[in-house]
Amino acid sequence: MRLFLKLLARNRLALAGAIVLSGVILLVLLTPLLPLSAPNVTNTADRFVRPFSPGHLLGTDHLGRDLLSRLLWGTRLSLAVGFSAALIAATIGAAIGIVAGYFGGRTDNLIMRGVDMLMAFPYILLALAIVAALGPGLMNALIAVAAVNVPFFARNIRGITVGIAHKEFVDAAKLSGMGHTRIILSEILPNVLPVIVIAMSTTVGWMILETAGLSFLGLGSQPPQADLGSMLGEARAALISAPHTSVVPGVMILIIVMSINLLGDGVRDALDPRLRSGALSRPMAATLVDRAEVPEKRTDGILSLDDLETQFHVGDRIFRAVNGVSLSVVPGECLGIIGESGSGKSVTALSVMGLVASPPGVITAGAVRYKGRDLIGMRYPALRRLRGDRIAYIFQDPQATLHPLYRVGDQLAEAIRCHHRISKSEAHDRVLELLKSVRIPNPESRARSFPHEMSGGMRQRVGIAMALANDPDVIIADEPTTALDVTVQAQILSLLDDLRRDRGLAIIFITHDFGVVAQLCDRVAVMYAGRIVEQGPTPEILANPAHPYTKRLIACVPELGGGRRELAAIPGLPPSVDDLPPGCAFAPRCRKKQTSCERGEIALKPQNGRAVRCLYPEWRPS
Amino acid sequence: MTEALHLDNLSKTFPVGKPLFGPPKFTVKAVRPVTLTVETGETLGIVGESGCGKSTLARMLVGLIPPTTGTIRIEGKAFDNADPAAFGKSIQYVFQDPISSLNPRKTIRQIIDAPLKRLHGMGKADRAQRISEIFAAVNLREDFLTRYPHEFSGGQAQRIGIARALAANARILILDEPVSALDVSVQAQVLNLLAKLKREFGLTYLFISHDLAVVEAVSTRVAVLYFGAVVEIGEAEAIFSRPRHPYTRLLADSAPVVGRPLTAPEGRETELPDPLNPPPGCSFAARCPRATDLCRRVEPELTDKGDHQLAACHHPLDP
Repeated sequence: MRLFLKLLARNRLALAGAIVLSGVILLVLLTPLLPLSAPNVTNTADRFVRPFSPGHLLGTDHLGRDLLSRLLWGTRLSLAVGFSAALIAATIGAAIGIVAGYFGGRTDNLIMRGVDMLMAFPYILLALAIVAALGPGLMNALIAVAAVNVPFFARNIRGITVGIAHKEFVDAAKLSGMGHTRIILSEILPNVLPVIVIAMSTTVGWMILETAGLSFLGLGSQPPQADLGSMLGEARAALISAPHTSVVPGVMILIIVMSINLLGDGVRDALDPRLRSGALSRPMAATLVDRAEVPEKRTDGILSLDDLETQFHVGDRIFRAVNGVSLSVVPGECLGIIGESGSGKSVTALSVMGLVASPPGVITAGAVRYKGRDLIGMRYPALRRLRGDRIAYIFQDPQATLHPLYRVGDQLAEAIRCHHRISKSEAHDRVLELLKSVRIPNPESRARSFPHEMSGGMRQRVGIAMALANDPDVIIADEPTTALDVTVQAQILSLLDDLRRDRGLAIIFITHDFGVVAQLCDRVAVMYAGRIVEQGPTPEILANPAHPYTKRLIACVPELGGGRRELAAIPGLPPSVDDLPPGCAFAPRCRKKQTSCERGEIALKPQNGRAVRCLYPEWRPS
Repeated sequence: MTEALHLDNLSKTFPVGKPLFGPPKFTVKAVRPVTLTVETGETLGIVGESGCGKSTLARMLVGLIPPTTGTIRIEGKAFDNADPAAFGKSIQYVFQDPISSLNPRKTIRQIIDAPLKRLHGMGKADRAQRISEIFAAVNLREDFLTRYPHEFSGGQAQRIGIARALAANARILILDEPVSALDVSVQAQVLNLLAKLKREFGLTYLFISHDLAVVEAVSTRVAVLYFGAVVEIGEAEAIFSRPRHPYTRLLADSAPVVGRPLTAPEGRETELPDPLNPPPGCSFAARCPRATDLCRRVEPELTDKGDHQLAACHHPLDP
C-alpha cells in the first residue's frame, strides 16, 4: 500500500489530479454547511446576473437562481450519481465476469454471449432505450448508465479470472476442501481486485459524463433539481446572450473529468504489475555501460571476457549479478558455464553482446573482446553488425524466440538478409541448406511451417539454424536443451557437437546439468553468486573437483543406476547478490569453512590450466 | 500388502474445437485406458516425456479432471469427491511450480490453515499446535507463517506446499514433478525430506517426474508412460537396468551421464505421433528399431514378461 502511494505520488499529473479531485470532493461535502442561498428559489427579477455581482459570485440563471449554489449542489449530485453508477457497474460486472471466468465452459459461453449482445448496441442508444422504458428521472439515469457499463467490467474481469482460475493455487484450494463460493471470495477476488479498481478509476469520469449527457437531454434529473448536465441543458437557450450560465457547469465538468482521468491513469500505472516491473518500458538498444577503465587484455581466444561486472540497479539496491568474470574460448572449443539459478551465468552470456535490459542492467567494469576488439561500449551500429552475424545466440525457449506469425523459412531468410545483401532466391536456397544442416526432415515443406506447427525439438533446431545463418565464429547457447525431453536433448546435443567440429565453431554452453557438460564441453567454468569459483578441463574437474561447491554440487546430481538411496544435498541457500557476505560467498554453506574464508576477497588462483577460488581446496595438483 | 490406490481402465479424452452444442470436431486421447495398483506404503514412480499424459493422470486421481472412462478406488473405497472435506482427507497433491501453487495474496498461515479448518474443522488453538508440528517436520521456521509466498525461494516454497498437503493428514500424496523447478542442490533437500516424511507418517506416494535418475532414487516400482499408455512397469532397480520395452531403453540411454560419450541413441530424427491422428497398432512403432508389421497393425497388451515386470511390446528386449 505504501509502495502504491509512493508510485502514485511520483506521477506528477496523477498527483495534480488527486489534489484537484479531493478539493472538489471536500467542497461538495461541505456544501450544506456553507452560507449559500437556496439552489431552487427562483427570483425572475434577477435573471442572468453576471458573475462577480454582489450576492451572486457566479451570477444567476434564467430563473434568477444563484449559480454558485446550484453548481455546488449540482456537482454533489453528479459526483454521487457517477460514483454510485461506477460502483454498481463494477460490482455487477465483476460478479458476472468472475462467475463466467471461474466456471468456464457452457456457463461462460452463455453469459458472455449475453454480454456481447448488450455490447452490440451503441451504448448511448441503449441508455436512451433504458431511460425511455423506465421513464425519465435521476435514479433511472443512474440505472441506465450502470447497465450500459456492466459489459465493460464483465469482459475485463472475465479475462483476468480465466487466467487465475487455472492457477495451481486454485486447484490447491479445492483440495483443501473449499467450496466454489469460498474459492471465489477468498482466492479469486483478492487477485482480481486491483483490476477492478483500475477499471473503475478509468471509467468513473466517463460515467459522470454519460449521466450529464442524459440530464442534458432532459432524461436525468428533473427540474428544479440541479445537476451539471441539466444546468447545461437549461442554459443552452441563452448560450449567446448569457454565456456564463453554460460556462460555469461546463468548466466544472471539465475539471472533474480531467482530474479523475489523470488520477485514474496514475492508479492504473501504480497498480499494474507489468508496468511496475518495468516490462512495458522500452529497454535500450544495448546495455548501459558505466566503467571507469578498460582492463588489460589478459586472456587469448576468439572471444574473451576480462573482469566483466554487470549489475542491476533497482531502486537503491545493487544486484551484482556478474562480479568479475574472466573467460575465453578458442575456435572449435566448447566452454561450459555451469551454475544454479541466480548464479549469473545467463547475465554473463547476455552481457557479451550488450543484450542485458537497461534499465536496470549496467555493465560497470571489464571488457569483452572479439578478435581483440572491445565490444563493451562499442557504438550501436557496429555492435549490431556483429550481433547474430559473428556472434550468435541460442536461447532456452524456441517458442518464445521465434515470431509466431511468420513462417520459419522467412524468419531465417530475414536473419541472413539483415547482414548480407543477397537476393530472395539465394536466401531461400541458403535457408534450405541450413535446415538440412540441422537435420530437419523435408526442409522444403518445413520452411513453410509456422513455429506452432513444429514440436519443441524441431523448433530448437530452427533456433540453431538461425544461429548458424551467417556462419558465425562464436555461438552462445543459453540452456538450449533445458525445455526439451531427454530423447530430443540427446539429438540436439549431438547435433551441436557435430557442428562445432565441422565448422570450427567456438561454443559457450550455459547449463545447470553436469551430464550435459560432461558429454559436450572441453572446459567448464563453475559459477556461484556471480563469480567463477572453479575453471578447467571438464574431465579433470569432474574427476577431481577442487572447490567444495563443485564437489558437493556433483554429488547432488542423481545418476541412473544407483538404486534407491538418500541423495546428497547442500543445506542452505545461495546468498542474494545484493547482499553478498565478505569473502567466500559459499562459506555459510561450506563444511570446511575457516574464519579466514570470511575475512576478505579470495582470488581465483590459476594452476596447471585449472583455477580455483578457495583457500582450502579439495584437491591440489601434485 | 493392501492397495492404497487402484485405477481400473482409467482414461481421459479431451475434445478439441468443441462448438457450443453438438459433438467436438476432434478428440485427443490424453490418457488411454490405464490399469494400475499402488500398494500401501510404496512409492510408485511415473516417468514419461512431455505430453505423455502423466499430469493428466495425476489430476484425475485427485478429482481436478473428471475421467472419461474407468474407475478409481482409494484405500478400497470408490472414488467420491462429492464432499470435498471428506475427499481431501484421503488424498493430496503437491504441485510442480511451488510459487504459483501458493496464493500470492495470502500469508503462509492462511494457506496452511485452510485444510485444517475446512477438512478437519479444528479450532484456532488446535490449528496453531498442528502447524508448529508440521513446520517442525518439514524444517521450516515458524516466523515464516506471517510472510507472503513471493518472499520465499523455490525450495522453501515447495516445502510449504508439502506442509499444506501434510496438513490435510491424507495418507496418499500425489507428487507431480515436485523437484523439477528446483536447483539440484535444493532438489536433494526436498527429496530427502519426502523420504523422511514417508517413514515418519507411513505415507504412500505416486511420484511423477521426467528425470529417470530422480525417479529411480525414490521409487519402489516405476511405470513408464508413452503417448498416454503404460508401456512398462516393474521394480525400480530392474526397470532401467534390464528394460523389456524398447522405449524404456531409449529413455535410459538418452539421459546425459557423466562418463558416457555423446551419441544420439536414435539415429533417425523422430517425433512423437500426432495425437489428433494416432497411428494404428503400437504408438512407438515409428521410432522402434524392432518394429514389424505386427506392431503397426495390432496394439500390444501389457503382459507379464517375468520378474514382476510388465511390458506392452510384441518383441520385448531380452533381460
